[in-house]
Amino acid sequence: MSHKIVFKNKLNPDTYKIEIEARHVAENFRAGQFVIIRIHEKSERIPLTVSSVDSKKGTIILVFQVVGKTTLELSLLKRGDSLLNCVGPLGNPTKIKKFGRVICVGGGTGIACIYPIVKAMAEAGNKITSLLGAQTDKMLILEEEIKEISHEIYVSTDDGSKGHHGFITDVLKDILTKNKTGKNIHRVIVIGPPQMMKAAAEVTRPYKIKTIASLNTIMVDGTGMCGCCRTYVNGDMKLACIDGPEFDAHKVNFDAVISRLSMFQEKETLAYDDFKKRKKSK
Amino acid sequence: MIKLGGTRVPMREQKPKERIKNFKSVPLGYNEKEVIKEAQRCIQCKGLPCETECPINMKILEMIREIANCNFKKAFFIIKEDNPIPAITGRVCPQENQCEGVCPLYERQHGINIGKLEAFVADWARKKGIKEEFHIKERPEKVAVVGSGPAGISCSVDLRKFGFQVTLFEALHKAGGVLQYGIPAFRLPTEVVDYEIQYLDDIGVDIKLNFFVGQNIKFKELREEYDALFLATGAGAPLFMNIPGEKLKGVYSANEFLIRVNLMKAYKFLDFDTPVVCGPSVGVIGAGNVAMDAARCALRLGVEKVYILYRRTKKQSPARDEEIQHALEEGIQFKELISPKKFIGDDDGWLKEVDLYKMKLGEPDKSGRPRPIKIGGSDFKIKLDTIVEALGSMPNRLFLSRTPELEVNDWGQIKVDHNLMTNIKGIYAGGDAIRGNATVILALGDGRKAAESIRNYIINKAPKK
Repeated sequence: MSHKIVFKNKLNPDTYKIEIEARHVAENFRAGQFVIIRIHEKSERIPLTVSSVDSKKGTIILVFQVVGKTTLELSLLKRGDSLLNCVGPLGNPTKIKKFGRVICVGGGTGIACIYPIVKAMAEAGNKITSLLGAQTDKMLILEEEIKEISHEIYVSTDDGSKGHHGFITDVLKDILTKNKTGKNIHRVIVIGPPQMMKAAAEVTRPYKIKTIASLNTIMVDGTGMCGCCRTYVNGDMKLACIDGPEFDAHKVNFDAVISRLSMFQEKETLAYDDFKKRKKSK
Repeated sequence: MIKLGGTRVPMREQKPKERIKNFKSVPLGYNEKEVIKEAQRCIQCKGLPCETECPINMKILEMIREIANCNFKKAFFIIKEDNPIPAITGRVCPQENQCEGVCPLYERQHGINIGKLEAFVADWARKKGIKEEFHIKERPEKVAVVGSGPAGISCSVDLRKFGFQVTLFEALHKAGGVLQYGIPAFRLPTEVVDYEIQYLDDIGVDIKLNFFVGQNIKFKELREEYDALFLATGAGAPLFMNIPGEKLKGVYSANEFLIRVNLMKAYKFLDFDTPVVCGPSVGVIGAGNVAMDAARCALRLGVEKVYILYRRTKKQSPARDEEIQHALEEGIQFKELISPKKFIGDDDGWLKEVDLYKMKLGEPDKSGRPRPIKIGGSDFKIKLDTIVEALGSMPNRLFLSRTPELEVNDWGQIKVDHNLMTNIKGIYAGGDAIRGNATVILALGDGRKAAESIRNYIINKAPKK
């Protein structure tokens, strides 16, 4: 069964949005879950978070940044092309209920992953503060969509081209400091680069606010078979694919997450360069 | 001239120096002349020890007789009556503990090479395009089979023969289970597995890939939609040592390592996209078939040294004789009576050495093998770049957590009665899901037995006309 691309859009210089036919995923998806895709017979299996679904149309939206060969190849597909596999929804959905005031922090393409969570949390009656961080103004995605459903929104960019000049975790710290005890904030959810999630966990830790991070580990099967996504939570080994992808950020060993993400880097670069070279020679 | 007994017709194999550079089958298979000669050595014992020892009681003697008479087609149909996947079992069964082990000629290392005869017949039929012919009298009842490994395959085939509408669910993108992701191509060529899967499709099994029952399709939905279920979910979740340093880069479960290499074809990296990082010095923990597979895969990825790190000795290894033999010929070194204490990494989080205990053998344990005992203060270090942990595996805990109504034992194995029915009426289970790490042939036997039980269950349930 293949999955046709019905819409494709470039969100910024290296981030793309594709809408693909995946009725089964669209009908069963809940915020926080992901899919594993394979473009063709020789492709890797890569996990991608679902940004939104249209259960009537039977399509799902995936947002991805070009970081290696597979995502580069994905970005070169056109409307009408197909992905060979899209299995999902995988992983556990985000715990959604009325907590009260919830801060949702998204960094980079993590913003696309936090979007359905903001939506679901807002629908459950929470008052949402959304914090979006990007490298530059141009790299910032989904700001309007998230603004619409949030109670308030703050933006930061690394280069100061929009919003706060610096990290989004600075903004988080600022909010909590002003709030003094953090008592009025009932939950923080953070999705983005692991360094950012680690920093966010340190910001909220003194305030003892329950903080959830969604881990973007390397996965192969995504069904609990390979153990590649193993993660250490409070010292216990957990699998991001079937126990996660969300964990208590105060208990996650982020250094191990960050380290393990680079396990295949050398080969990934090799594959990326080889693919570009082959594209050029064509 | 027919010569009974005598010496085993040697199996031609790729030379070790050559084969460690490729993933092609190590045994080259008998040719017609060789296979007949080997079959003619059979003394056709009256007591049928080989058939009695076969977990599915295949009609081995008749098969051998037909091969000896040059009647390969008949031999093929005889095997097929009991075994839907002889090309596979002929290659992966532990024959020395079953049929070949009780052959009266075995004592002098010259038992009939039954596995290779079986594989020959199946390969011969595949190449000739000869298939088992049967007429399916369609019935309306629907049965779901969960998991497409050997148990799922054999159950699906029989259920179709009985006329049921069979849907086979597989979580991965390719059917075959452990035959596909676990056993390497140099032991079980991919085209052999693909052929058997194609056969399922040919006889009308509806194979649904990318469905992880309990996760993206509810167990409850299956229970409502199908008249009966067969759970052949295997034991696919890896066990880890749970020692310090396991988070280091360079430490794999055998499952991950083999899935990358076999299913995802990482050995063809750059043509295929999935990478595997390995070596130059590799240690594989454990000495079962999976450990041998991982070690031999590592060697074929072009590393310098591969060690089997085992807490007992080679003699106690549960692996097939042929696999140990092949591994040794290929230059894999056994380091016996040692057990890892911790993995030590460099500043960048990569494994650089392993701290190990020395062990000694004590009194026999439950498995009947001598219990390995740590020797206090004996630890020493060896430098290794990659570790593959081949410690065995467990049933998938996500599946079990989503099916709390199923009774399981302390190891997460689904409990069944003598008909392979679980505690829930109409739901059957078999293979590694009920046995832990067992064999392809036992799983296959379970699949067939469950199909029979399911038939009885459905027929008895159907309203009498």
